[in-house]
Amino acid sequence: MAKHDKDATFVGDSRVSAKRIPNISPSYSDFPGKSEAFWPNFLLKEWMVAAVGLIAFLVLTVSHESPLTAKANPNDTSFVPLPDWYFLFLYQLLKYPWAAGDYVILGILGIPGVAFGAMVLVPWLDAGKERRPLKRPVTTGLMMLSLFSIFFLTWAAHDEHVKKHGASHGGAGANAPAAAADPNFKAGDIWTAQASCQGCHGKNLEGTAGPNLQKVGEKYKPEEIKEIITKGKGSMPPGMFKGSDEDLNKLVEYLASLK
Amino acid sequence: MMQKMYDWVDERLNITPMWRDLADHEVPEHVNPAHHFSAFVYCFGGLTFFITVIQILSGMFLSMYYVPDIINAYESVKYLQTEVAFGVIVRGMHHWGASLVIVMMFLHTLRVFFTGAYKKPRELNWVVGMLIFFVMLGLGFTGYLLPWDNTAYFATKVGLQIADTVPWVGPYLKTLLTGGEIVGAQTLTRFFAIHVFFLPGALLGLLGAHFVMIRAQGISGPL
Repeated sequence: MAKHDKDATFVGDSRVSAKRIPNISPSYSDFPGKSEAFWPNFLLKEWMVAAVGLIAFLVLTVSHESPLTAKANPNDTSFVPLPDWYFLFLYQLLKYPWAAGDYVILGILGIPGVAFGAMVLVPWLDAGKERRPLKRPVTTGLMMLSLFSIFFLTWAAHDEHVKKHGASHGGAGANAPAAAADPNFKAGDIWTAQASCQGCHGKNLEGTAGPNLQKVGEKYKPEEIKEIITKGKGSMPPGMFKGSDEDLNKLVEYLASLK
Repeated sequence: MMQKMYDWVDERLNITPMWRDLADHEVPEHVNPAHHFSAFVYCFGGLTFFITVIQILSGMFLSMYYVPDIINAYESVKYLQTEVAFGVIVRGMHHWGASLVIVMMFLHTLRVFFTGAYKKPRELNWVVGMLIFFVMLGLGFTGYLLPWDNTAYFATKVGLQIADTVPWVGPYLKTLLTGGEIVGAQTLTRFFAIHVFFLPGALLGLLGAHFVMIRAQGISGPL
């Protein structure tokens, strides 16, 4: 920062030095080669590139609207949670048996703690003078290994999610036959009492993440409907229905009657 | 005219040294993409800052409409996205910018790592940079809940369950973030406060330290 003379004289009782430094640019000779003044030469170029980048970014925001799924519904137990993509590698790590359950400390603190701790302390772990990556193979090798692990875990988490639950984020569905939904359809009381069913099949059976059920009686017999509700089907988990067996029979009867 | 105004202020506040530190420095050839195109790798730090500024500005505009309570949060985001003029752009910038800032910061970290720029005398700046990295991840985690949609709610619930399993501090950490037994009204206001006040405050302080150190030490020399 600014260098002040120790025996500086000050103006009046203020701390402003009476000796003023003339505002002339320094010679820029600290580095070899063709140095350039940051202000204004380099900044002007930087701003021009930034303006083009900003326009590209604005185009992205308009062409790819930010996603918004249905309002948070804590009773919707069928919703498959997925963290934001840059947390996926940590999330995936906790799915492996050697980093979960009894060994969860390894997955929570052991591996990430050592990795991030080493990152923070790398100036002291790799204290040699050599800066070129190929001249310090251990540091570079460990970093490449970490990078590979991060990319692999992120890919594995994404791949597993897509295979299990389809391409959607569990929300607005790839398999939602929205076109067939009847907007005037009103669901019966036995349906509106089941919040977790509505989470995927919609308030009026129109279907969101799960299929439309407004004419489900045409497709399935009552016994089949009951089996799907209790045992699940495809990405639909079992045991979503909450209530007595009597209510379950009423719901099955109701759904079977929809033709 | 400008010179006279500058001199008037400079006479009273002696701003020339500050101006020198802030803007009047050299851009060496080895980091200037105009001379060597491969030097674009040195731009990622500046790009991270550029997108951080976008995040701060778009976040300020989002807060004009956003209501941090569980009844209105979702509705206010939906209203902003579907009804408000340019609302879709403002939220889009903040949403995509959040991912972009992580990408840029990641690339910047890799550039500093592989050019060995963290070595003496720049160790402290590397540590501050890593703290910025963690603050950014915290901003991503807390901001993810705020739209209060299903994606947000269940991701946060899982995140808090994971925090709970951290030995010793986990349960306290979870209670601190959740503000109670369940992910609910308290959680949302806490995440809002952390996302909008605590972490940005920490971020600005750390960024200030990061930049002061760059100016004090200059950029690392060519390999």
